Amino acid sequence: MSKSSKTGKDRQNREQIIRFLFFGVALASITTLFLIALFLFVEGIPIFKEVSVSDFVFGEYWYPTDDPPDFGIFPLIIASIAVTVVSSAISIPLGVLTALYLAEGASARTREWFKPVVELLAALPSVVIGFFGMVIVAPVLQEILDIPTGLNLFNASLMLAFMSIPTICSLSEDAIFGVPGELKEASLALGATHWETISRVILPASISGICTAVILGMSRAMGETMVVLMVAGGATMIPTSLFDPVRPMPASIAAEMAEAPFQSEHYYALFAIAIILFLFTLAFNVIAEQFSHRYRQIGAATL
Amino acid sequence: MISAQLNLKSDKITEEKMKIKGMAAPAFLVAALFAANMAWAGKIVIKGSTTVLPIAQKVSEAYMKQNPSIKISISGGGSGNGMKALIDGSTDIADSSRFIKGKEVSLAVKNGIYPVPFAVAYDCIVPVVHPTNAIVNITMAQLKDIYMGKVKNWKELGGPDRPVVVISRDTSSGTYEVWHKKVMKKKRVYPGALLQASNGAVSQAVAKNKNAIGYIGIGYMSKDVKPLMVNRIVGSAATTLNGTYPISRPLFMFTPGWPKGEVLRFINFLINPEKGQKYVAEAGYVPLY
Repeated sequence: MSKSSKTGKDRQNREQIIRFLFFGVALASITTLFLIALFLFVEGIPIFKEVSVSDFVFGEYWYPTDDPPDFGIFPLIIASIAVTVVSSAISIPLGVLTALYLAEGASARTREWFKPVVELLAALPSVVIGFFGMVIVAPVLQEILDIPTGLNLFNASLMLAFMSIPTICSLSEDAIFGVPGELKEASLALGATHWETISRVILPASISGICTAVILGMSRAMGETMVVLMVAGGATMIPTSLFDPVRPMPASIAAEMAEAPFQSEHYYALFAIAIILFLFTLAFNVIAEQFSHRYRQIGAATL
Repeated sequence: MISAQLNLKSDKITEEKMKIKGMAAPAFLVAALFAANMAWAGKIVIKGSTTVLPIAQKVSEAYMKQNPSIKISISGGGSGNGMKALIDGSTDIADSSRFIKGKEVSLAVKNGIYPVPFAVAYDCIVPVVHPTNAIVNITMAQLKDIYMGKVKNWKELGGPDRPVVVISRDTSSGTYEVWHKKVMKKKRVYPGALLQASNGAVSQAVAKNKNAIGYIGIGYMSKDVKPLMVNRIVGSAATTLNGTYPISRPLFMFTPGWPKGEVLRFINFLINPEKGQKYVAEAGYVPLY
């Protein structure tokens, strides 16, 4: 009797220890993230002693090493937004439609083959995609469209679309596949065609998951560095056409950070760009979270 | 730590002295020599220009391989920071891509430090275009106009009717610094210029674009791009050294006072044509000889 209660206590203790262990691990990763964000702000804020926040965000000229320097990142912000929007225009239809096909149209066998292949796209290192864009796509674009340079907004967006399609497709497919079977069966039983079922029942039922997928895909495109550094061209001006070279925020940070003197104005300014970028991607993630919670479909009841 | 080791050594010596009295004097001498050597060995601190940084790194690696007891610590931060470190005595060698300014000399002298310059290499930047581009010569004024965004078409320079695509470097690089000073005369490169983050990337981008013009350090020249003459002078080691090629500059290392001991040995190694200067060429710069 006493022995068994002792082992019971042992088991409880062990449970406690394991719980604390996991709590510790979770805490460590959260703390690390928090410290990174803190570091970002500590290193970025000092630039605002030199320039005001509005001059920094809406300034048109980025000449950080001139004397006197100009720290205006408006062209960089516009460039980031532009590549994200254009790449989404490519990746959202492709990603979502591929997901629909995989979940609804494809046979189980095709699906089994197709999905891992799409996900493999995500495994391609971004530097490889960047190199592909720079060496192969850029000269072809320039030749076919007869434009001054193939390193431009469009090329970068195309490469970024490659990178966000796996995210969008894979997550959307999970959402569509997760729609309860009885919804589909009921719709078909009422005489709706397969297409009517997809467009009026399955899509509305999985829209929150699809939105989450899309926003996460966009957030990936916005934060991506190597591709935009290699293929976006890097001109710090506000683009007037789809084929103008641009310099998104991550490209500027990556290109200049290595040689910016430690804790100089330039260094602080680069961290301040990182803060802005962080706020953008944070906003994307918060929105994605909102979508997945607020519009979540629970069973068939809420449709 | 060094003193602890020395104590240990002298303890040993004393033991030996007690054992063999006759040997005491020479043994002590050896110990003294050893101690002196220990004091000289150790660290060389190098700070300053990021342009000179690759030279300092390559030469230091080779030097430390030959002299394992020496530790050389190198950091960048720009010529100005190097000079600052020289003035406040926190470095043994200050790298600089420019000569010391009058103000810096007087500040250093006030601190009792007499800066001594050593030219260690030359930097030579060459404008490059696509190999199919027919243009062979360009003037400094034309280069400036191109990089200010005034010249938009190769037609204006006697070339075909094609747009000019201007490729520049990230503003924190030493190569940009030379270009900004020598070609742009401190005027701004226009915002529409494309940015590449390294000599290799500029070369790659120019090689892939018929409309492009870029500039690279002479050490990175390859067959994929075509170098242009500037003011009818070919950019080469010879024209850089005789001072006729306009987009070049000497690179310096400054020491606080005439160098002594390890620092002197390091500088000698660096400017020796058989030793350090080999690595200067390897780092993409023009050696002194």
